[in-house]
Amino acid sequence: MNIVVCSGKGGTGKTTIATSLALSLAEAQHTWYMDCDVEAPNGHIFLHPVMTQKTDAVIQIPHIDSNTCTACGRCVEVCQFHALALVANKVMVFPQLCHGCGSCTWNCPEGAITEMPTPIGSLEYGVTKESIHFEHGMLTISEPMGTPIIRQLKKWKGTGKNAIVVRDSPPGASCPVVATLLGGDFALLVTEPTPFGLHDLKQIVGILEEIKIPAGIIVNRDGIGNDAVDQFAIENKIPIMMRIPYDKSLAAGIASGRTLLDIMPEYRQKFLALFADISSVLNGGAA
Amino acid sequence: MIVIITAQEGTIDSIVNERFGRAPYLIKVDTDSMNWEAFKNASIHHAHGAGIATAQFVIDQKAELVMSGDFGPNAANTLNTAGIIAQIFPQKNMTVKEAAEYLKDNKR
Repeated sequence: MNIVVCSGKGGTGKTTIATSLALSLAEAQHTWYMDCDVEAPNGHIFLHPVMTQKTDAVIQIPHIDSNTCTACGRCVEVCQFHALALVANKVMVFPQLCHGCGSCTWNCPEGAITEMPTPIGSLEYGVTKESIHFEHGMLTISEPMGTPIIRQLKKWKGTGKNAIVVRDSPPGASCPVVATLLGGDFALLVTEPTPFGLHDLKQIVGILEEIKIPAGIIVNRDGIGNDAVDQFAIENKIPIMMRIPYDKSLAAGIASGRTLLDIMPEYRQKFLALFADISSVLNGGAA
Repeated sequence: MIVIITAQEGTIDSIVNERFGRAPYLIKVDTDSMNWEAFKNASIHHAHGAGIATAQFVIDQKAELVMSGDFGPNAANTLNTAGIIAQIFPQKNMTVKEAAEYLKDNKR
């Protein structure tokens, strides 16, 4: 089962929820934690895995053989990302715009394009002392494109059929978030009851309308802002599955690297109940 | 000389647009005859690579020079490789016609 923790707005508590959910489940379940926030992964700061494996994350960048290329321009035409230009009868490649989609290679009538694996970051795997299988992707600083790393991370280890995988999503509502959500079974939408939280929550709900997986909302910093998130949840029939009150001691604890579960152990039961609710939704019941 | 000038509207009397890749219109002017043709810039809504796509358009139009307010590194690189002169407006808020006349009077 893949549970994706996402938010839209940054800093609402995705990692707080994801790490404590994984820790709560680890006692009884075969649990994986997949940090898909490849631009700024931080799950390891809370879960302390001992990393044992590392591999390059690569993107396939086209290399054009100038002897075979007839400068027909077909590759430039099919590239949706304008990573290629036909200049003075030669094809120029702009690697930083390339998404590694392979359209140019596929469409080249001369077979003049070879894809060269080019490292843009790395993947790491390790186990925590609670036996959580931990993996994350890291985008190299100055590289612009995280999505290929997320796709590679999802395929890398193979988590086994009965595993519960908690995916920590990047913030925002663009390609990396979509890549994290694809193949997920359930989306946990962490938000805060503010106009900003609601605005970005709506964007994620818009993505889910396309991806069509069930979702539930977690309201973090409950008690601040207004009740517009509650209204939105009712109108859109998305259950609010947990509320975490605004609490300065919690913020201070998390800022010093502790998990929600460590600061407030009573949340273990709440997370187990949350998981039971998710399971029942996935088995056809209502949350 | 065939030049392309980035513009706000699709006429020679339009005010120029300072952006290269995301200018709404590209006006192609023959500075010898002052004949002109306007093109809607197809790249303005591209998330990435608008500069390269616009540079490709300029190359395909066989312009010798392009004038705009600024050129990004990818666009500049593409235009350079094609041997097209990329020139910056000599002053703000000119019309396309004034820019074309400036190029005619200050031939490089």
